[in-house]
Amino acid sequence: MRLTQGAFSFLPDLTDEQIAKQVQYCIDKGWAVNIEFTDDPHPRNTYWEMWGMPMFDVRDAAGVLFELNECRKAHAGHNYIRVSAFDSTHTWESLRLSFITDRPAEEPGFALERQEVDGRAIRYTTRSYAALRPEGTRY
Amino acid sequence: MTTLETTKPAEKKRDRYSAGVMEYRKMGYWQPDYEPKDTDVIALFRVTPQDGVDPIEASAAVAGESSTATWTVVWTDRLTACDKYRAKCYRVDPVPNTPGSWFAYIAYDLDLFENGSIANLSASIIGNVFGFKPLKALRLEDMRLPVAYVKTFDGPATGIVVERERLDKFGRPLLGATVKPKLGLSGRNYGRVVYEALKGGLDFTKDDENINSQPFMHWRDRFLYCMEAVNKAQASTGEIKGTYLNITAGTMEEMYERAEFAKQLGSTIVMIDLIIGYTAIQSMAKWARRNDMILHLHRAGHSTYTRQKSHGVSFRVITKWMRLAGVDHIHAGTVVGKLEGDPHTTKGYYDLCREDFVPQNLAHGIFFDQDWASTRKLMPVASGGIHAGQMHQLIDLLGEDVVLQFGGGTIGHPMGIQAGAIANRVALEAMILARNEGRDIVNEGPEILKTASRHCLPLKQALDTWKDVTFNYTSTDTPDFVPQVTAAE
Repeated sequence: MRLTQGAFSFLPDLTDEQIAKQVQYCIDKGWAVNIEFTDDPHPRNTYWEMWGMPMFDVRDAAGVLFELNECRKAHAGHNYIRVSAFDSTHTWESLRLSFITDRPAEEPGFALERQEVDGRAIRYTTRSYAALRPEGTRY
Repeated sequence: MTTLETTKPAEKKRDRYSAGVMEYRKMGYWQPDYEPKDTDVIALFRVTPQDGVDPIEASAAVAGESSTATWTVVWTDRLTACDKYRAKCYRVDPVPNTPGSWFAYIAYDLDLFENGSIANLSASIIGNVFGFKPLKALRLEDMRLPVAYVKTFDGPATGIVVERERLDKFGRPLLGATVKPKLGLSGRNYGRVVYEALKGGLDFTKDDENINSQPFMHWRDRFLYCMEAVNKAQASTGEIKGTYLNITAGTMEEMYERAEFAKQLGSTIVMIDLIIGYTAIQSMAKWARRNDMILHLHRAGHSTYTRQKSHGVSFRVITKWMRLAGVDHIHAGTVVGKLEGDPHTTKGYYDLCREDFVPQNLAHGIFFDQDWASTRKLMPVASGGIHAGQMHQLIDLLGEDVVLQFGGGTIGHPMGIQAGAIANRVALEAMILARNEGRDIVNEGPEILKTASRHCLPLKQALDTWKDVTFNYTSTDTPDFVPQVTAAE
């Protein structure tokens, strides 16, 4: 399967040139770009690991791409990596853009577990096949 | 404005309260010198008096009949601080290019309204006066809601930002589809459409306004099959999905029961129709707030009173009331789709949903600065007759904080529902990517879509099927202050 979280998962994987353009768009808007990675892509896993702090003062996409490549050296292949942009404007103060830049070579996806409960109701649990193994050995 | 000579209110108390009938303008409802207070509610009416009725007297009558007046003088006014409670018409302008109609500005003291009650606000402002005989027609065009009153409402239960955080979707419009055909599918068949659309790439599917609990599909069946579809699609994509379960019903008790069942099944969102009424909407908004639920509002029925310019209530007023009332989604027009929507007027609605401060903008039909004082943002929904080939126009006109609902434009895809959903999602992502790269999507849009369709057959098929379908009719509800251009081309 292909995990479709993030803004551009339905497009072919973005090239570094395309990533740099999106990052520069965010920087030009005054947003702080952040890199995160995880080997637990459950749709409700909100807190991916941060690769350092959001880059509040970086004005050039090249600086972000440098950090992205450092993150890739350490984590690519067995992690998802995403780039997000935070907008501190009053009444927003949250993310403005988030997209996946790197994904594991193989994505085994999720099992849907159904627990039959009262009447016809069913409790659903989404379980990542990869996350059944311990952290760090999942992909 | 030579016809609008000013008449001072009756000078002496004794004259003012002699028994009998007196012109409204002399009873204190016309005060051209009045400066509205920051805490006043201001209403702007389009007044069309009967032939021979003076526009100022007609406007003063609107102020009177929507506040303290009755048709004759009553001595019991003198037991009250009646000067305060009287609504004051302070300005009457001719409507541009519309002989016989006038814009009347009327200020109401804050004490005239109950805290946090759309029912009270609307009963006061539109309760009686729309049937007043000396008027041919009357329309409530806009209202300035003072911060002091805004702050007595909870506002949207979730709001755009938190909705995005909960769904983990940022930087692009959300995609939805209304299940079709809207009548006749069994619960099992209905859930099939939901599953295919969500798995294909949509974020949401939606019940239509009249899907409640009919012989062909009872509500519990629909909820159960839909949640199976949502969870299955979620697991197969790793992405949060939702379906607006319509909980509209005949009684509040029944609506609460349906809402509770939706919550128990793990739905992220429920839906109500505008026709349930303002109080029911506010009750469901309170419920949604208590239960971490996104609340979708379908504006069913609004065109009966919003569409014609001469009489009724403008949709911008309904939008303001609904942001106060606390819904999270509201259908606000597509411009290019099959339903009424002039581009400038629609832009005005979208601003009222999404901005924290909306400045006066007559070209968009916004007559007053409106400060929302951090009231959460209301997600506008564009639905009705739109398709992937219009993606560049939709993003250009409506921005990214919007739900784009492609019902026929998903389900009607020649290769099936999943293919339809994929086409829409690929078109959307390609267009956002291009926009962020600085490309001119309005002019390059068709080329961007064509390029994207090279790696996406379903998009190519969608573009071939619907080509240049647009609904190019003249809008009826257009701003009065600029020449209009109809959007679709």
